[in-house]
Amino acid sequence: MRVPYGWMAEYCDPGLDPDVLAEKLAMTGTEVERVVVSGPPSADNFVIGLVTAVEEHPDADRLRVCTVDDGEGERTIVCGAPNVAAGQTVVVALPGAVMPGGMKIKKAKLRGVPSEGMICSESELGLGDGKDGIMVLEDGLAAPGTPAADVVPISEHVLELEVTPNRTDCFGIYGVAREAHAITGAALAPAPWEGESVEAGGEIDSLVSVEVENHDLCPRFTARAFTDLKIAPSPLWLRARLIASGQRPINNVVDITNYVMWLTGQPMHAFDLDLVPSGALSIRSAKPGEKVATLDGVEREVSTDTVLVCDQNGPTSIAGVMGGAVSEVSETTTSVLMEAATWNGPNILRTSRDLNLRSEASSRFEKQLHPDLAERAQIVATALMVELCGATVASGMVDVAAPLSESGPIRLRNGRVERILGLAIDTDSQTEALGMLGFGVEADGDDLLVTVPADRFYDVTREIDLVEEVGRVNDLDKRLPATLPSGSGRVGGLSRQQVLQRRAEDSMREAGFDEIVGWSFTDPGETERLRLATPDSRADAVRLSNPLSEDQSVMRTTLLGSLLGAAGRNRSRGAGRIALFESGRVYLPAGGFGHGPLGGDFPGDQRPPVNEPQHLAVLASGTIDPATWDNDPAAADFFQIKGVLERLALGLGTEVEVVAGEQPFLHPGRSGTVVANGEEIGWIGQIHPSVATAWDLEETVAFEIRLAELLKASPLGEETYGDFTSFPPVDRELALVIANSVEAASVLAAAKEAGGDLLVSVTVFDVYRGDQVGPEEKSLALRMRFRADDRTLSDEEVDPIWQKIIGAAEALGGKVRG
Amino acid sequence: MLERLETIEAEGTAAVNGAGSAAELENLRVKFLGRKAELTGILRGIADLEPAERGPVGGAANKVRKGLEALVESRIESLAGAELEASLASDRIDVTLPGSPVRAVGHLHPITRTRRLIEDVMIGLGYQVMEGPEVEHDFYNFTALNHPADHPARMLQDTFYIESGAGAPEEAGPRDVLLRTHTSPMQVRAMETTPPPLFMIVPGKTYRRDSDATHSPMFHQVEGLAVAEGITLADLKGTLLAMLREIFGPDREIRMRPHFFPFTEPSVEFDVSCFKCRGSGKVEGEDRCNLCKGIGWIELGGAGMVDPNVFGFVREAGYDPDLVTGFAFGFGIERIAMLRHGVGDLRLFFDNDVRLLEQFS
Repeated sequence: MRVPYGWMAEYCDPGLDPDVLAEKLAMTGTEVERVVVSGPPSADNFVIGLVTAVEEHPDADRLRVCTVDDGEGERTIVCGAPNVAAGQTVVVALPGAVMPGGMKIKKAKLRGVPSEGMICSESELGLGDGKDGIMVLEDGLAAPGTPAADVVPISEHVLELEVTPNRTDCFGIYGVAREAHAITGAALAPAPWEGESVEAGGEIDSLVSVEVENHDLCPRFTARAFTDLKIAPSPLWLRARLIASGQRPINNVVDITNYVMWLTGQPMHAFDLDLVPSGALSIRSAKPGEKVATLDGVEREVSTDTVLVCDQNGPTSIAGVMGGAVSEVSETTTSVLMEAATWNGPNILRTSRDLNLRSEASSRFEKQLHPDLAERAQIVATALMVELCGATVASGMVDVAAPLSESGPIRLRNGRVERILGLAIDTDSQTEALGMLGFGVEADGDDLLVTVPADRFYDVTREIDLVEEVGRVNDLDKRLPATLPSGSGRVGGLSRQQVLQRRAEDSMREAGFDEIVGWSFTDPGETERLRLATPDSRADAVRLSNPLSEDQSVMRTTLLGSLLGAAGRNRSRGAGRIALFESGRVYLPAGGFGHGPLGGDFPGDQRPPVNEPQHLAVLASGTIDPATWDNDPAAADFFQIKGVLERLALGLGTEVEVVAGEQPFLHPGRSGTVVANGEEIGWIGQIHPSVATAWDLEETVAFEIRLAELLKASPLGEETYGDFTSFPPVDRELALVIANSVEAASVLAAAKEAGGDLLVSVTVFDVYRGDQVGPEEKSLALRMRFRADDRTLSDEEVDPIWQKIIGAAEALGGKVRG
Repeated sequence: MLERLETIEAEGTAAVNGAGSAAELENLRVKFLGRKAELTGILRGIADLEPAERGPVGGAANKVRKGLEALVESRIESLAGAELEASLASDRIDVTLPGSPVRAVGHLHPITRTRRLIEDVMIGLGYQVMEGPEVEHDFYNFTALNHPADHPARMLQDTFYIESGAGAPEEAGPRDVLLRTHTSPMQVRAMETTPPPLFMIVPGKTYRRDSDATHSPMFHQVEGLAVAEGITLADLKGTLLAMLREIFGPDREIRMRPHFFPFTEPSVEFDVSCFKCRGSGKVEGEDRCNLCKGIGWIELGGAGMVDPNVFGFVREAGYDPDLVTGFAFGFGIERIAMLRHGVGDLRLFFDNDVRLLEQFS
């Protein structure tokens, strides 16, 4: 909302620098985006001049050499405008004046003739479109030498307010003036509609009739009629105000509707009465497929939710949004039907959203205006129609209104303000503040009974709203103490899952990986690049219905795409080392929620619409260990990334297993499924070369796990002490020749199974392939530790277990190596 | 005999002292002290001597033997030490070559670090950390936060909606499921399941249809909610002030400007005094402080007292607006990270260029 300072000051002039007022407004709830100047940045060096003589330029067809009286004497100004003539009163920019846009006027020679200034056009002063050439003022408007700003509104300060949607009152200049009054104490002039009213009925009834089909959608429709008027440009003062407000002057009638809207907050619409057959209007919902040609020259098909203003032949305007071409006011108009109506806010919002058409009118109506505003607007408009258009007013007003649901005064309980704000404001100050804001206040015992004005009817409906009003204009920021909530024995902290999450992330950082934060949305083609296809649920991504772009139109189902994307981008930028991890969410169709918030199981009565578990994924591409002058490490391979996975588990005090398992995006021979506590929690492997190529990467390895399920396996913080000093362990090693096809994991599993409780650990510490074993065989060296909690184990006790383990290994086809 | 012993001692001592290597000493030990050595023979023959000679000869012979033995030992030790030194001295490396680097430690993303900083500060003030869904029901994101359907307040936030069918629940209407536009939906979720007093923060991803240097369609927020008996707007001010001083330094001040949010009443926006110009708006050598644009204050977020209409949705969970009051606040994590670390463009956070990540160890 652009508020020209001078216009506001007509009703309340706080006598403050516009920047100071802007600061005060900002500190009381009305944000001021900026203060701008409409027209030249300063009015200095703009004066009224009288053109005394005009001659042709000796060397240029289009230029004239003018003699101008500037009050101090005559000066020569070369002017290019075709309409310049002797005897005109004009605005002259003297050398030193600065034009809008920053150009500074200097003495110059134009085609050999000296020129000492510039005769200004409307557009050069920011006062109009200026297509007719220089601006010619009324003869004798002011003596030559008068500062131009005294007679023409140039260099007007404009406050650009960011009005919050609850404050419909501040969508009108008078509402802003009242706000300035309440926060500065400066006097407020009576509203321009104050003390006047228009009765229903009268001459108007013979000219105009209105029918309203649904009062919910149109709570009030008022109309007045004006005849014998003359369409003309608006006077300069009005055009200047509209331009400073950011509106384009059109003609006196249309300008009046816009001027009144800007002043009162109530939009209006003017119909050419002669183009409304019999002056009969009906307000109804659109029929299926109905089309309306709007003022902007577009024919629009509207939905059946849309409310139309129709004449006997069909739609003539889209209610509350935009007028129609059928009954547009034109240069030949002589009679006008002036509409000021109240529409249903949510309906207007929906309509303008559906039509993708927002106007100054719809942006006000959608916030719900009070029906009283319609009459105010008619009062102000009527005076201007008579004054500026020479119109004859038909007496009375068509007024089709639903009965207004009355709401009584609101009780503001004594002490309530202090209880909410933590700051005591005495009753007198409360009364004064509310009164200046336009509320009616009456004492009732210790309480206040407060009546809400029409401008604030839908905004202030409860006691708490009054508390806010009282607080915000009472220098809240300066007076409010800073206290802390009194103690209630509460203890802050992270949940166990959150503690473990941090530890997992930290351990990946310590292992040498950089954390990324990837986009939650991705392009639909990613699934294909990852070779994911239905029925894999990861190919069934959650889709946005209104994405910013196709590239960000589906929610990711794996972190791998984000990591590959970051890896590829960094590689193409020449990054030497690519070791990345992400701890973030993926978005899967609902069902199968995991453990705790990290598993997608959030607090609340309603389950989340989709499943969004936290994953942890780690990726290494190429060499991640530093080269030295005597050693070049190889590219990270499967076992290196598996080592990282094992370190992650170890850091959480737990273990994971990797068993053979394929993924569409992994090298089929170098991929596995990650298992924790017997549950599959993710995948690990080398990225399939054709997938890696899609991101311009070479050998790349990665893993991705469901974080909640890994953390669930962690005993951290819940460990119990085990005695390790009283009874020493027995360590034994076993060399086993076995077929290549038998995985180490199955040998270990068989050993654990056979070893029972006394076997506390078993690990592979060497793998040998070569001449000493067969071509399809390997030798696995296993180290085992046996221990009992209550006694020292003897060989006699271990031997039978040892034999059982060997038996189990042999059952897998293994032979003990001699 | 005694003379002979003196000679043996003198010869042996001279030979051992003259030996140049451990091997030579070993030979000398055999020669003078071995089984076939003369001295050994003398000692063995003591019993055959006259009784009067046995004492003096035996004593002298033993003395010579012990003396030689000790001498050999000490010579062996000193020669071994010298040989080790000599061999080490010839085993020389170029100590000026670079050391072998260990694998670099990685980096947490600046958003994670900033999020943790905020979490830790709020934990210190007695808050729990909670998380909620990013794909959310309209009910939690809007309706229960006092945004009625077709209310213009919804226009304040450009919302991403989820297509029904694929992924989202089949029964959902076209605007029933969305990407949360703020972390505030967790206010209602938390109150539904936790009776007052409730002190919690919610960090997490949020989404709005907006993209430029200061707006990203995905960004991070932290929500705060405190509900108990007797909570006031002044408590909100004190809490924000304590938090901002932890984040931006002990000399910071806070400013609260009345504002409008549908789910708080009264509502404010809050600013922190600029830490670059110390709130003066001026910096030596510049027209104005470029961090706060000369205003002296940096806008951070929105806050206010929980609107009674919001409590209306959780009254049965123990939130009676006549008994409890509460405050809520929200602000962007990226904004804090940008201010603290001087990152100029929000989009850099999601580009994940390692040259940026590596700057935040």
